[in-house]
Amino acid sequence: MDVFSQIIISYRSLNKNKVRSLLTMLGIIIGVASVIAMLSIGQGSRDSIEKQIQSMGTNVIMVFPGATFRGGVAGGAGTAQSLKMDDLDAIRDECPSVKLVSPLARSSGQVIAGNSNWNTSVQGVYPEYFEIRDLTLASGEIFSQADEGRSSKVCVIGTTVANNLFGETADPVGQRIRINKIPFTVIGLLKEKGQTGMGADQDDVILAPYSTVNKRMRGGSVNVQQIYKSAYSERVIGKAGEEVDLLLRRRKNIGISEDPPFMIRTQSEIIAALTSTSETMIILLASIAGISLIVGGIGIMNIMLVSVTERTREIGLRMAVGARERDILRQFLLEALLLSLIGGLLGVGLGVAASKAFVNLLNWPVSITMYSIVLAFVFATVIGIFFGWYPASKAAKLIPMDALRYE
Amino acid sequence: MNKTIISARNLTKVYDMGEVKVHALRGIDLDISESEFVAIMGASGSGKSTFMNITGCLDLPTSGDYFLDGQDIKKLNKDQLARLRNLKIGFVFQTFNLLSRTSALENVELPLLYNPALKAKTKREMAMEALDMVGLTNWASHLPNQLSGGQQQRVAIARALVNHPVIVLADEPTGNLDTRTSFEVMDVFQKLNMKGMTIALVTHEHDISMFATRNVLFRDGKVRRDNPVKVTKNALEELARLPVEMDDDYDQ
Repeated sequence: MDVFSQIIISYRSLNKNKVRSLLTMLGIIIGVASVIAMLSIGQGSRDSIEKQIQSMGTNVIMVFPGATFRGGVAGGAGTAQSLKMDDLDAIRDECPSVKLVSPLARSSGQVIAGNSNWNTSVQGVYPEYFEIRDLTLASGEIFSQADEGRSSKVCVIGTTVANNLFGETADPVGQRIRINKIPFTVIGLLKEKGQTGMGADQDDVILAPYSTVNKRMRGGSVNVQQIYKSAYSERVIGKAGEEVDLLLRRRKNIGISEDPPFMIRTQSEIIAALTSTSETMIILLASIAGISLIVGGIGIMNIMLVSVTERTREIGLRMAVGARERDILRQFLLEALLLSLIGGLLGVGLGVAASKAFVNLLNWPVSITMYSIVLAFVFATVIGIFFGWYPASKAAKLIPMDALRYE
Repeated sequence: MNKTIISARNLTKVYDMGEVKVHALRGIDLDISESEFVAIMGASGSGKSTFMNITGCLDLPTSGDYFLDGQDIKKLNKDQLARLRNLKIGFVFQTFNLLSRTSALENVELPLLYNPALKAKTKREMAMEALDMVGLTNWASHLPNQLSGGQQQRVAIARALVNHPVIVLADEPTGNLDTRTSFEVMDVFQKLNMKGMTIALVTHEHDISMFATRNVLFRDGKVRRDNPVKVTKNALEELARLPVEMDDDYDQ
């Protein structure tokens, strides 16, 4: 019997039991749909994480001082006083792949404007920091090299700070605020950046000239808490990191094999770490969905077994009039396959629709990928064959005369 | 002398039921020639059904030889046996065994689906021709549950005829039918036999066996009696002798 007429026969016998076929398919439909929806949600959240990290600048390199050890007690990252301002100058002058350099002095303070107050992080940076971090202003301007030289009491504030001090509508540029009782003039408002991939609010920050923060709020320390640099492009980011590493080792007389008292982190490392986390999540979600597909497959097997038992006499008859074992095997395998294929198709539709619903109703970042559709569909087909095989071979192994007399 | 269609030589069949061995056939020698109409009689357990299964290539004998249309079936594998059933044998069963929710025509067509040599159009024509032989041309598109028992059995006979078999094997074809429809079905068989079709029919009803040309009696796995029917009854005449029933659904 040719395959085409066998497909028609299989389709007809499924059609005879419409409700049952549909219920059997439901397992596959839900399985395929959830695989697609889960992969789409996973992919979407991964895309949005990547986008957020990229918004922080992908060619950024950070240098932290290492941890101190006093009597064997670790003081935590950044506690060592191993980075000095002349290290910063050296990096700027001697590393060809490094484009911009800025120190970062981190402090926090109570900020007061009129009768509002807010507690936030105050960061002292060079004007270059804005370009390194790809920060743009919503209004006003950034401070200048001259402000840095004069330790001017000017600052650029993030939108969270502005909203808390001046309300959502007012323009804070030109306003006076007091940070730890020191008066500052707001000269710029950062454009809203949202949360980082880890959930930190990037808009809850005040940026001021490094020298101002260092002198007024950190007592004029010569030690640098953190150095931000930007490489010329993403491609040379690794090279820039190596250059800085070698330079700092040379300046501090540390051999290549020793542990240096500083840490170099590139943004791409963070991206890799975050995407691997979201990859784990995707795999987890998809495997849960995959399990539901397998359960759907078991449903197919179950119904096919029932069908074989019910149609024992039909099988006997077909064998008596000349069907070979392989004809019977093929017929029942095709039925199982047809169930999972139609279920798979409906599942793809449902999965895509569900993903779209997540976007439209819940505003989740969802991206439907072709590979997830293909994966789910192929998986459904494989399951159809895998779980259809046992009932089909059971049908094919029936002895015709016993099957004919089956009650 | 007509050509021999079925030739059984010292056939035995033993069913191994674990602790006991059941001897269903204990040495059968039987020939059936072309255009014979043989009624095989016997009580249940006499081995007549086992013999029919072997004749129909649904089962293999434990020992002995069986030739179907000159073909030694011992030399054939499962697939070749299926092919032989497909091309040379037509089965009629007691319970009709029609596929439900499938039209009469498609039921008749079923054996042809397993013959890859035929084109779709040829299959349809052969099926119509077979339906015509049992007088059901007008019922081709009806489903089995829209047909009476007699009509259903006639569809089953058409299905047995569709592949132009060398022999039609009927296992208690009237077992589920009343007297009137039984006679009608026997009329169909007799007319086929007149046209030269070889028929072997298993029955335990004496009056049914009287429509055949030869009676073979099985007992305890052996042939006890094998004699021609002296006066074969004509089913149509017998039908005319039956009292007329008003609610008869036979309207052909």
